Amino acid sequence: MKLVYFAWVRERVGKAEEEIVPPASVTTVAELMRWLGQRGEEYAHAFDNPRVIRAAIDKSHVRPDTAISGAREIAFFPPMTGG
Amino acid sequence: MAVTIRLQSENFDAAAEAAALTGGRTDIGAVVTFTGICRGAEDGEPIRALTLEHYPGMAEAEIARHVEQANARWPLIGVTVIHRHGRIAPGENIVLVVTASSHREAAFAAASFLMDYLKTRAPFWKQVERASGSAWVEAKAADDAAAERWVKPAGREAAE
Repeated sequence: MKLVYFAWVRERVGKAEEEIVPPASVTTVAELMRWLGQRGEEYAHAFDNPRVIRAAIDKSHVRPDTAISGAREIAFFPPMTGG
Repeated sequence: MAVTIRLQSENFDAAAEAAALTGGRTDIGAVVTFTGICRGAEDGEPIRALTLEHYPGMAEAEIARHVEQANARWPLIGVTVIHRHGRIAPGENIVLVVTASSHREAAFAAASFLMDYLKTRAPFWKQVERASGSAWVEAKAADDAAAERWVKPAGREAAE
């Protein structure tokens, strides 16, 4: 699946997007964030406080307990500050 | 309902957009035009610019979804939403919401609703640029509270 990052999540991870294949044991958005946080220093920094990170699956807002199976694109970003 | 949604880096002309929405029609009795403008100072400290990042595809979809919700709640004739991205200097426009209806109540309420949702649910992120460096703007609890006030139990619409 494709992951995309925005704002300070993008800056901390150090890239705007990437393709990943998480292990089968990772089934929800919250578990994906936990798994990503263990991928290295940049990821640990980006995901050290998952409660402040919002997620979208295929361009729709989702909650942390949402299943990721079948997702083509998952986005992680800080709370929005548009308008 | 006539709907125009645009994301763009260039500035816009709020008066021209409102005129385009109402031109040639006689069923519109009220137009509310809200323009959000980049301030030259934040918390008493001057800023050089704002830079807005957005999630292409999702930003348009989220705005369209909320325009549909507004249309379901109030009798609207037309809505225009324009949101800029990229670097915006103080004094320049950031966002435009134009709502048109037969009567003012619907136009005022729908414009307010759309702005509250744009601030908290549309995937845009502001970075403020100062002489001392750049920083991401933090989401405000007051904006969340403003969006929350539109979530009401069913059956209370008539009170608006």
